[in-house]
Amino acid sequence: MTAMDTTVGKHADIEEGSPLDVAIRGRADIFKMTQAAEDAVLRPHETGAWPHPLRAALAARIAALNDEHELSRHYAADAAEFAAHADPSTDGGDLKEVVAFMEKVAAQTRSVDAEDISALKATGIDDADIVRLAELNAFLSYQIRLIAGLRLMKGASA
Amino acid sequence: MSTVIKKFTRTVPHWQPRVRPVVLAEATEAQLDALKVTPSNTKVSEYVLTLAHDVESLKVRSPLFNAIMYDEGGLRRAERELGAIGASLVNGCIFCAAVHASRHAQLEKSEEVTDRLFRDGIEARLSTRDRAILDFSTALSACPSQATDAQMDALRAEGLSEAEILDLILSIALFGWANRLMHVLGDPVRPEAR
Repeated sequence: MTAMDTTVGKHADIEEGSPLDVAIRGRADIFKMTQAAEDAVLRPHETGAWPHPLRAALAARIAALNDEHELSRHYAADAAEFAAHADPSTDGGDLKEVVAFMEKVAAQTRSVDAEDISALKATGIDDADIVRLAELNAFLSYQIRLIAGLRLMKGASA
Repeated sequence: MSTVIKKFTRTVPHWQPRVRPVVLAEATEAQLDALKVTPSNTKVSEYVLTLAHDVESLKVRSPLFNAIMYDEGGLRRAERELGAIGASLVNGCIFCAAVHASRHAQLEKSEEVTDRLFRDGIEARLSTRDRAILDFSTALSACPSQATDAQMDALRAEGLSEAEILDLILSIALFGWANRLMHVLGDPVRPEAR
């Protein structure tokens, strides 16, 4: 796998041989580890309460909140029966608390407080599943900023 | 009860989890492996024990974190720390801001820049190079990103190479991740409250 075969590489659409391509090759290990992290949060062996298609739907929703619509479509393609949750204009239905938590962590990070965690616990979500939600959200934030940053590098060097 | 810190500070707080961390005596083999617990190394922070609930993520995150912040070449380490600080200020992560301000000060052998940031916030007076780095860091940390072509041009005008800008993007993005764990899963509390 090269850096360009990763989700980030594909979505940043880097031209082979460009200065940015050269810079990315210098950090190829980081791009491979980034893909391994995506596999660990989107498609882990141990899913806890969050099956892979739900994780994909939540990832698509977070990408959409960040105006990363192409990445959002990429994740939404794996959302199966949870596809409705990929759309930020829906309220999450049965998963209303989970969806609200994920949106707040993604978009209003600084206002997250202890009560947001207590609210999840009150709906019966256990500690391990709360950590799993935070990891999924946190990774997406990283991947989205990496793609947005690379796109700016490319635009400005074009 | 310990006192939760609500304002940015350069004194590194204690991190108090909002969920129950994994108890070492009850840890699974996979968790022990990811925690790198050995008979001679049984000291694991509450933060890492909290993340051990999601062992697959923990295992891939630590080497990625180290590569982005410490790998040789590219952007100076202090400037990667400044990217981390910019993200932490935007995301309100008091713990990360304190830890990475302290690393920045150690690497620069000066607290001048971080003192200014804690005193005056993100509008603090900085060198033009630090200003370009901080502006880009805070803008890229917004949701959605507010980073602009003009900010990218400013980084290049300050002499940052493509490799250095890539490293800066990686450190800012990484703290979008770290802040959402630290700030979401725990509270920064006064060290003396332990």
